[in-house]
Amino acid sequence: MQTIYGVVCPFCGCCCDDIEIIVEDNQIYDVRNACSLGASKFMEYHRNRNTRPLIRRDGKLVETSLDEAIERAADILAGASYPLLYGWSNTSCEAVRVGLEIAEEVGGIIDNTTTVCHGPSILAIQEVGLPACTLGQIRHRADLIIYWGSNPWSAHPRHIERYTALAEGRFQRAAWKRYLSKLILETARKKRYRAASLAFKSEVAERLLKEEEEERWFLPPPEERKLVVVDVRKTRSADLADIFIKVRPNEDYEVLQALRALIRDEDLDVDEVAGVPVEDLEKLADLMVNARFGILFFGLGLTMSEGRSRNIEAAIKLTRDLNKYTKFLIMPMRGHFNVTGANVVFTWQTGYPYAVDFSHGYPRYNPGETSAVDVLYRGDVDATLVIASDPVSSFPRKAVENLVRRPLIVIDPCLSSTALMADVVIPSAFVGIEAEGTTYRMDHVPLPLKKVVEPPPGVLPDEEILRRILHRVRERKGKAS
Amino acid sequence: MEFTLITGRSIEQGCTKEHAKITDKYMASVTLCEMHPEDMKRLNLKDGDNIKIMTDVGSVVVKVRRSRRIRDQGIIFIPFGPWVNAILPSETGGTGMPPLKGFRVRVEPTSEPVLSLKDLIVKSYGDKG
Repeated sequence: MQTIYGVVCPFCGCCCDDIEIIVEDNQIYDVRNACSLGASKFMEYHRNRNTRPLIRRDGKLVETSLDEAIERAADILAGASYPLLYGWSNTSCEAVRVGLEIAEEVGGIIDNTTTVCHGPSILAIQEVGLPACTLGQIRHRADLIIYWGSNPWSAHPRHIERYTALAEGRFQRAAWKRYLSKLILETARKKRYRAASLAFKSEVAERLLKEEEEERWFLPPPEERKLVVVDVRKTRSADLADIFIKVRPNEDYEVLQALRALIRDEDLDVDEVAGVPVEDLEKLADLMVNARFGILFFGLGLTMSEGRSRNIEAAIKLTRDLNKYTKFLIMPMRGHFNVTGANVVFTWQTGYPYAVDFSHGYPRYNPGETSAVDVLYRGDVDATLVIASDPVSSFPRKAVENLVRRPLIVIDPCLSSTALMADVVIPSAFVGIEAEGTTYRMDHVPLPLKKVVEPPPGVLPDEEILRRILHRVRERKGKAS
Repeated sequence: MEFTLITGRSIEQGCTKEHAKITDKYMASVTLCEMHPEDMKRLNLKDGDNIKIMTDVGSVVVKVRRSRRIRDQGIIFIPFGPWVNAILPSETGGTGMPPLKGFRVRVEPTSEPVLSLKDLIVKSYGDKG
C-alpha cells in the first residue's frame, strides 16, 4: 500500500491540503484528515459512476464512442447562435481556460456557479471593495470570529477547526476545551429533558426545554477567541458559538445597518431589530469594536435572501466602519472547491468574474441580463454545455424547463439529474482524484490538485475533452490549425 | 397554512451531492422538511408524514420532521436539491440570483407520495425519452 501525503481535498472552498490517501492497485483504501464530505467523495466517488459516452437517439440515451459524442457536441455548439456554457466550479483552472476559448469561438455566454451562490457578493465587492486576507492570518490572529448566514458545520466542516475558533494559532489559542465543556453541559440538559419527558413530568420538561431555547451569552475572558453565529435557525455551527443571534428571515440588512449605527455611537429608537433585542446588538457592537482582529465570514444566508447584493454591501461597509477602531476583515464562504478559481480565470481571461457574454465578439458582463438563470428564464439560449455542475438540481423551475428543452451537452464523471436530460453525455475524470490541476482556495490561494488514481480506461480529464471539442468547433468554423 | 421557506446545506446532503445524486440516500437527505413542533401540532403532523409545499410556480411532496433548530413558528427548512427548486421562482430582480431563501409557501398534509428523482424530473420537465 502507498500513502500519498499532502493531497488537496476537491470538495469545498476550504481546499484542505493535509489529506492523506492510502492507495493500492489503483484503488483508494482509506483517507485520513478529511471531513465527512471530503471522505465520502474520496471513498465513494467510483460508485454510481458513468464511464461510457451517451448520446440521445430516438428519445433514448444510448452508448456511443467518445469521438462520436465529441463530434455531436461540436455540431451542437458550432450550430448554435447563442449557446450557454455553464458550470466550471468543480473542475480545474486549466479546464476553465479552455472553456473560455470555446465560449469566445462560438460567441456564446459562459457563466460559472457563482451566479447562484456568491454572485451578489461579487456585485457588492465591485461597488465597495473587500478588506480581505488569507485564512492563515485568521488562524493565527483573529480573536473575534463571526459567521453570518453561514453554517460551516454542514458546508465547510473543517473551517472552524483549521482556520478559526478551534485552530491553534501563533497568537491565539484554540477554544477546544471551552467548547467541550459547553457540549457536555448541553448534552446533560438534553438527557434531563428526555428523562423528564419519559417520566411525564411535563412542567420540568418544559422548563428544561425553555432553558435550552434561551440564547445565553457565554462570553470567555477578553483575551480569548470568541465565536459568534448569526443565522435564522439554530444550526449545528450555532451550537458551538459563544453567542448565537437569531434574526428573522429576509431581515439581515436591517441588523447590519443597525450595527453600523451603533458602532457610530448613534441611538436606535426601537427595542428590537429583526427580532434581535437592541441590547444584544449593543453588546455585539461593543465586542466588534473591542476586538483586536475581527473577521466576518458570510454565506448564502445573505446572498440568497431579500436584499441580496445590498446585504453584502452593508456587511462590507460594516467592516469598513469597524476599521476606524480596530482591524476587521470580511470573507465569503465559497462552496465548490474551485469556484474561486473559476472567478480568477474568468477575470484573467475576460476582465469579468462570471456571466460573460461573447455574442458581440468581445466580452460583455451584466449579471441580471447575461447570467445563466436569466438567459435560461427568458429562453434566449439555443443550446447549453454543462460541465462539472448539475443545474437541473440547483436552478429554479422555469430556468430548468428552458434548459432541457434545447440541445444539452453534459460533461460529468457521474450521471447527474442534468445528465439524465442531456442529448450528449461525456464522462470525465474526477479532478483532484483522477486528474491533476490547479484550484484556488476561498481566500484566493492557488493549490495543486493531485492525481491519486488512474481514471477508468477511455475516460479523459475535463481539459482534454474540452480541447477536443474546441478543435472540432474550429474545424467547423474553418479555423482549425 | 403559510410558511417562510429556508433552503440550505445539510451534512447528509453534502455527503451525496457530488457523486451519488441518483441514490436513495441523496433523495432521503433533500426531501426532508424541518418544521417547528408547534406548527406540526397545528397541522396534525407526525415525524415522517408527507406534506405538500405549494407556490405559484408549482408544488412538491416531501417528508416532514420536527426540529428544535427552527426556533420560530412559521419557518420551514429544506436542504438544497431538485425537489425544493422545482417550486421556486426564476426571476432574479436584475442580480442573476433567484430568491432561493426566505420565500413564502403554502403547506398542507397530504397522502400523495414523495416522487423519485426520475419521476420528479419527468413530472416537472417532461420525458425527454
